Amino acid sequence: MARITAGLTTSHVPAIGVAWDQGQQNSEYWAPVFGGYEWTKKWIADEDPDVIILVYNDHASAFSLEMIPTFAIGCADEFAIADEGWGPRPVPTVVGAPELACHLAQSLILDEFDMTVINKMDVDHGLTVPLSLMYGSPDVWPARVIPLAVNVVQYPPPTGERCFKLGQAIRRAVAAFDQDLNVQVWGTGGMSHQLQGTRAGLINKEFDGQILDNMTLDVAAIRAISHLQYLRESGSEGIEMVMWLIMRGALGDDAEELHRHYHVPASNTAVGHLVLRPTA
Amino acid sequence: MVDNSEFDDIPGTTVFTAERSHEGFHLNQFCMSLKDPKNRERFKSDEKSYLDRWPMTAGQKQAVLDRDYNSMIAQGGNVYFLSKIFSSDGVSFQTAAASMTGMSVDEYAQMMLDGGRSPEGLRSIRDGR
Repeated sequence: MARITAGLTTSHVPAIGVAWDQGQQNSEYWAPVFGGYEWTKKWIADEDPDVIILVYNDHASAFSLEMIPTFAIGCADEFAIADEGWGPRPVPTVVGAPELACHLAQSLILDEFDMTVINKMDVDHGLTVPLSLMYGSPDVWPARVIPLAVNVVQYPPPTGERCFKLGQAIRRAVAAFDQDLNVQVWGTGGMSHQLQGTRAGLINKEFDGQILDNMTLDVAAIRAISHLQYLRESGSEGIEMVMWLIMRGALGDDAEELHRHYHVPASNTAVGHLVLRPTA
Repeated sequence: MVDNSEFDDIPGTTVFTAERSHEGFHLNQFCMSLKDPKNRERFKSDEKSYLDRWPMTAGQKQAVLDRDYNSMIAQGGNVYFLSKIFSSDGVSFQTAAASMTGMSVDEYAQMMLDGGRSPEGLRSIRDGR
């Protein structure tokens, strides 16, 4: 049977992708950002997951304002790299896992999560920056990827509680899939940042630290954070952290922290990264 | 009724609600069109003519021509969509963000290097915290 063996969280700042693509890994500015992922690169080479369920948000690349799905799952064979205004990133096409994705889509809908099913989609930095951070610059991505896109652009996004419950449903659905697959769930976005208005540049290290701690110590506290609290405490774009709860819900009741990285700044954003292992 | 009034209590912040999405629909769809390199060329070669192809308000078009991102946001623009404009201009997200704060690019970059903008006093207008 398929099994979820680990989860991780990471910011997906577009400037990280630009810096990576321009070979700035060792620059004074970027070395501390990328350095925190060295542990994970070695770890994931050993873990070698077959499939990654990659929770992210689209940034006006695949979804315009014509249609705004709250939760959408990619069931295609592959996903092309989006042109976000400066040409597509020079990274490999993302190969999907359609059998598991179709199983997930159907299971989740029957489990009362009304997913939007995507059979064709370009993926943007929200999905490709995490892959670059964990895998570097391979010719092909070592794992297949199921994109799970969450609306965090137009209010209201799903609540953190709803995201956590979706993660729990993903755990049930993966466990019911009749193939021997090593599956990881990645929750991306965050941490505190604001990209608009006179409050742009807001960073809240204390709030971010509580999120990082409570991913293992007190998940209920994170589940209870309201949209308004995210807005006030972590900036208008900090709301992306609800996506971390999908990952956390998919790990089950208890998890241990294997690795942590936190750094300010990457462009406008606090970078946060956790690697978690389910223990229950 | 859905009550979004608390969002207006957050200083220097515009929350992109369904109402703002409705107001800014054509502005944001124009931005989305800049994903296509051919449209980027059309826009750059004659910005005003390209904007006139979209049923945007005069105020929205002027804000785009002025690259006044706060004004675009006040008229329904969303920053992820607006990013297509400054990306087409070859301008980074940090430079665009700085332009919204009234700080110089260097001042803003230094603030971020120093740990970013503190939330103290910027959580609530009403409560001054």
